[in-house]
Amino acid sequence: MTDLTSLTLAAALDGMEKKQFSSVELTEAFIGAIDKANLHLNAYVVTTPDLARARAKQSDAKRAAGKAGPLEGAPLGIKDLFCTEGVRTTACSGVLGDFTPTYESTVTENLFRDGALMLGKLNMDEFAMGSSNETSKFGAVVSPWRRGNEEAKLTPGGSSGGSASAVSADLCLGATATDTGGSIRQPAAFTGTVGIKPTYGRCSRWGIVAFASSLDQAGPIAKTVEDSAILLQSMAGHDPKDSTSLPVETPNFRAACQRSIKGMTIGVPEEYRVDGMPPEIEALWQQGIEWAKDAGATIKPISLKHTKYALPTYYIVAPAEASSNLARYDGMRYGARVAGKDLNSVYENTRASGFGKEVQRRILIGTYVLSAGYYDAYYLRAQKVRQRIAQDFRDAFESVDAILTPATPSAAFALGEKSADPVAMYLNDIFTVTANLAGLPGLALPAATDANGLPLGLQVIGKALDEESVFAVSAALEKAANFRAKPAKWWA
Amino acid sequence: MSIDEKTVRKVAKLARLALPEDRVAPMAAELNGIMAWIEQLNEVDVEGVAPMTSAVEGLSLPMRDDVVTAGSEPERVLKNAPKSEDGFFVVPKVVE
Repeated sequence: MTDLTSLTLAAALDGMEKKQFSSVELTEAFIGAIDKANLHLNAYVVTTPDLARARAKQSDAKRAAGKAGPLEGAPLGIKDLFCTEGVRTTACSGVLGDFTPTYESTVTENLFRDGALMLGKLNMDEFAMGSSNETSKFGAVVSPWRRGNEEAKLTPGGSSGGSASAVSADLCLGATATDTGGSIRQPAAFTGTVGIKPTYGRCSRWGIVAFASSLDQAGPIAKTVEDSAILLQSMAGHDPKDSTSLPVETPNFRAACQRSIKGMTIGVPEEYRVDGMPPEIEALWQQGIEWAKDAGATIKPISLKHTKYALPTYYIVAPAEASSNLARYDGMRYGARVAGKDLNSVYENTRASGFGKEVQRRILIGTYVLSAGYYDAYYLRAQKVRQRIAQDFRDAFESVDAILTPATPSAAFALGEKSADPVAMYLNDIFTVTANLAGLPGLALPAATDANGLPLGLQVIGKALDEESVFAVSAALEKAANFRAKPAKWWA
Repeated sequence: MSIDEKTVRKVAKLARLALPEDRVAPMAAELNGIMAWIEQLNEVDVEGVAPMTSAVEGLSLPMRDDVVTAGSEPERVLKNAPKSEDGFFVVPKVVE
């Protein structure tokens, strides 16, 4: 029998339906793979093998009774930002101590309702703040990918680094992730996996530890475009418990993957050709344009004039919202409390010892830009520039159906390579952050490898609530790219 | 606008973050590095532009009926408390 862990989600569901193997067998294969790999990759921060085995047994019984859900018996990894009832959830921050939710996030509840089961909680940057998964309380995640034969440890990207590493290394069939500035798409691009951030409001944020509430969106990281469509189908849906969740029907995303892109117009934004972009990224983009043309699409140059201001805008809006959201961690109701001489010093000591360096930096920036005397100069101005950025997209979408860009300005870098310079780290999200600010869906898919054999990704951005076009274009590009590279399992 | 050490101390106080004295100067430098990069937003003409306060267009926040939807579950609420007693959170003394 082939290694069950290397199957796509679609193939695994099909195999279980055809009784070629059971969910118990599939789950056991993943538990074994995690046992071997996790010491090296650090992708999981909690594993729940017994829970997974029990759920797999239930799934097999449900399938035998003809009551299988759309994801019945599929083992998934869950990013540690999603609250999972009875299973420790810390957003990989010290400030949450051993927080164990007494409730389930809507997204994970939706997945479990459809039959999926959880293998464990996936590592991430603390509170999802980072682009390399180096800010986690539980240590950095290592990418399964290496530069040729070099042994240097590479980043899987961040903040959903555990999700990307686990999917890429066959440690789950697919994973949940979240994206505030690129945290699904950048790690997907770095690890040869597919990640989609849907339209803001498509997935409920209820039960997801909040970072920047006007930007945060959940989405999947998966092995193929179709797999990501299957997962998003289950994750999405209106939820009255999140007032920003959109009261709209979820379309058939999987069917959209089969749609022809003949006659579609795809925009190529001039402003994404940034200074210092490596020639291989430029070549990849050109290749993507050719693939889209070959599939019958028309390419149209477009202008998104305010692109260069997206990251600085983000680094006002996101820290401002974060400083407000993270005010709740005061050591009173949950988390680790650190003693002090009075109430204020308990707060101050608890927060100083619980939050990591990058999180503290962002809380201070957020507090500064919101403080009296600076609010108009920074926060209000950033909200206006954000409007400009969103308007650029609205104008462009008057004449195009989707937009094609590179996913990241480079391939994965080594751990430690960019951690000394915050701004250099922030620049990783230069191509992804615009979709968060405008609330649009964006998908990253693997399209080629660089000279060192590392994956490079393309990004497809769509109109609000038009994930279907994003899936159609992405599936067409995936077919043309025929990306088959896999990391060598050097830990096995 | 440059952030001096006095401002760093003030902002840390507002954010309820204990900042050791030897971290104040390095933090000021780090924040200035980031804020200097952010200053480029001043180039953008935002005259007459409405601030974007929501990622979703044309949707006002829904109202719900003012009724109790969940509650009376003190055990679940207190489950993760660092300190609790008789159905209450125990916190440091607030009033002398």
